[in-house]
Amino acid sequence: MSEKNSPEMKKGMRVKHGIGSFFATLWFALISAVIIFPVFSGFLASFRPGRELIRRGLSINLDFKTMSLYNYKYLFTPNADSAKYWMWFKNSMVLTLVSVILTLLICYFIAYGLTMYEFPLKNFLFFLVIATMMVPFEILLLPLYKEMTQLKLMDTLAGVILPGLCGASTIFFFHQYMLSLPKELLDAGRIDGANEYYISVRIMMPIVKPAFSAMAILCAMGAWNNMLWPLMIFRSASKFTLTIGLNTLLTPYGNNYDVLIAGSMLAILPIFVVFLLFQRYIIDGMTAGAVKG
Amino acid sequence: MKAKKFLYSQKTAPYIFALPFILSFIIFWIYPLISAFVMSFQDIGAISVKFVGFKNYGKLLKDTVFHTAILNSFEYMLFTCLLLIPFPMLYAVLMDGNLVKAKGLWKALLYLPALTSVVISGTLFRLMFSEYRTGQMNVLMVMLGLPAIKWLKSKVTSEIALLMLCCWRWTGVNTLYFMSGLKAIDKSLYESAEIDGASGWQRFKFITIPLIKPTTIYVLTISVYAGLSMFLESFMLWAGNSSPKNIGLTIVGYLYKRGIEKDDMGYACCVGVVLLIIALIINFIQLALNGTFKKEDR
Repeated sequence: MSEKNSPEMKKGMRVKHGIGSFFATLWFALISAVIIFPVFSGFLASFRPGRELIRRGLSINLDFKTMSLYNYKYLFTPNADSAKYWMWFKNSMVLTLVSVILTLLICYFIAYGLTMYEFPLKNFLFFLVIATMMVPFEILLLPLYKEMTQLKLMDTLAGVILPGLCGASTIFFFHQYMLSLPKELLDAGRIDGANEYYISVRIMMPIVKPAFSAMAILCAMGAWNNMLWPLMIFRSASKFTLTIGLNTLLTPYGNNYDVLIAGSMLAILPIFVVFLLFQRYIIDGMTAGAVKG
Repeated sequence: MKAKKFLYSQKTAPYIFALPFILSFIIFWIYPLISAFVMSFQDIGAISVKFVGFKNYGKLLKDTVFHTAILNSFEYMLFTCLLLIPFPMLYAVLMDGNLVKAKGLWKALLYLPALTSVVISGTLFRLMFSEYRTGQMNVLMVMLGLPAIKWLKSKVTSEIALLMLCCWRWTGVNTLYFMSGLKAIDKSLYESAEIDGASGWQRFKFITIPLIKPTTIYVLTISVYAGLSMFLESFMLWAGNSSPKNIGLTIVGYLYKRGIEKDDMGYACCVGVVLLIIALIINFIQLALNGTFKKEDR
């Protein structure tokens, strides 16, 4: 940090730096402990009978006598509850996969059109993309709900996925990313006789790969944890996703808490794995939105 | 042949690329948005739809439950902005330097809550703030020599629970936003300021704050929107849409209650329109105060 300082100064700075560093690190360790706490106590609770949870709330009492693998065993043996749970799990997987793949592809092509070409409606269309970000989704909740009934899309996967397919922030991110790319690449492709669509898939897409990774993780998180809209659309229990399925277990009697807490802990797992795999792309994904206020 | 040539021409291509957006915009955005306005002037029954003019709005003005909902949402928005901008900014600045050790670990842990769905986090917090003496928060209170509290039954304590839930979930995300904003600042600015004898605080005040402003505006905007339209957090914390004396009722919660639970779509859309107007006004004031309309300096 300070090669040009004299040895004494260097030492003094190192000590000062050392103390500051110690306290700063300690501070982050403390906040992390606070942040981990609810998840950790949930994790401990998943080894206890659900009744215990209702009676005593979450507790971090490490009493191994009351703890067992019963809840997890129950979830992994064939019975009515576990069948339901894994069906929700599968539904969430399908919903997440389908909506991430479709959203990424569609938003990529939209952004490609809005970035790589000059055409009369370009700025207007881009303005509309921004405008959709300015209205909270909740306002459209009821009219969209009514519209879905009219379109006969209630209780279908399409009904859940379609309205969110052209996500403005995803389009915006691809746009920001592609702005920095040279348009000469397109002309080179054209000279070689490639058509516009071939260029967008075979020449541009590989270059934009990092943007796909960044958006994949954010879209996957959104889809996996999405609750409000699926709650409105899905009617039959066989189509429920994890979020709304787990929600149905929240009865005041607490007879389902065995499945609820263990199931919740398992539900964090897939998205946590995705997070660990794609972690380094997250910052890139988030930067795009914040580049320009 | 001609059709194919037309579809493949460089003039048509951008429209074909943009077509999904245009369709989605019309079907899933402008149409429902207009219907929200239209429906807010209607009395929508099971069989008949009646145009009632401003009746819904008049009723809304006098609806004390709605006033409570607006106040709750405003209060929540204000506190989340106060808590979720300065602290994440500070954390990001600390993380940006060489001061903190094991940064990767803290970053991942701070981000962890954002990965949990609101069902899970809401349930965990409801159990933590349980009114029984054995709930963690009450254990903590007793440890501090204070009486156990029925957290979710009174206004102030439930607001604390809601805000803690919100900070828990979003501190990591906002910290990452600020970190990515800090990455874009030219480090040589700090070096030259240091040579000129600027203190750490001065460097923060005169370099970091102004240069990170676009990120701050962005985070502020999403915080205002998310704060005003908060619903599921309260829905999960009280395990349903009703709380004692409506202490947890928000604008969107009221919209849901009226539209879905009581099937009064017209009135609920009216609530939605009011929310939209409030959101746009706040956003406009905020952008004006930040001087976004003045000019594009930078």
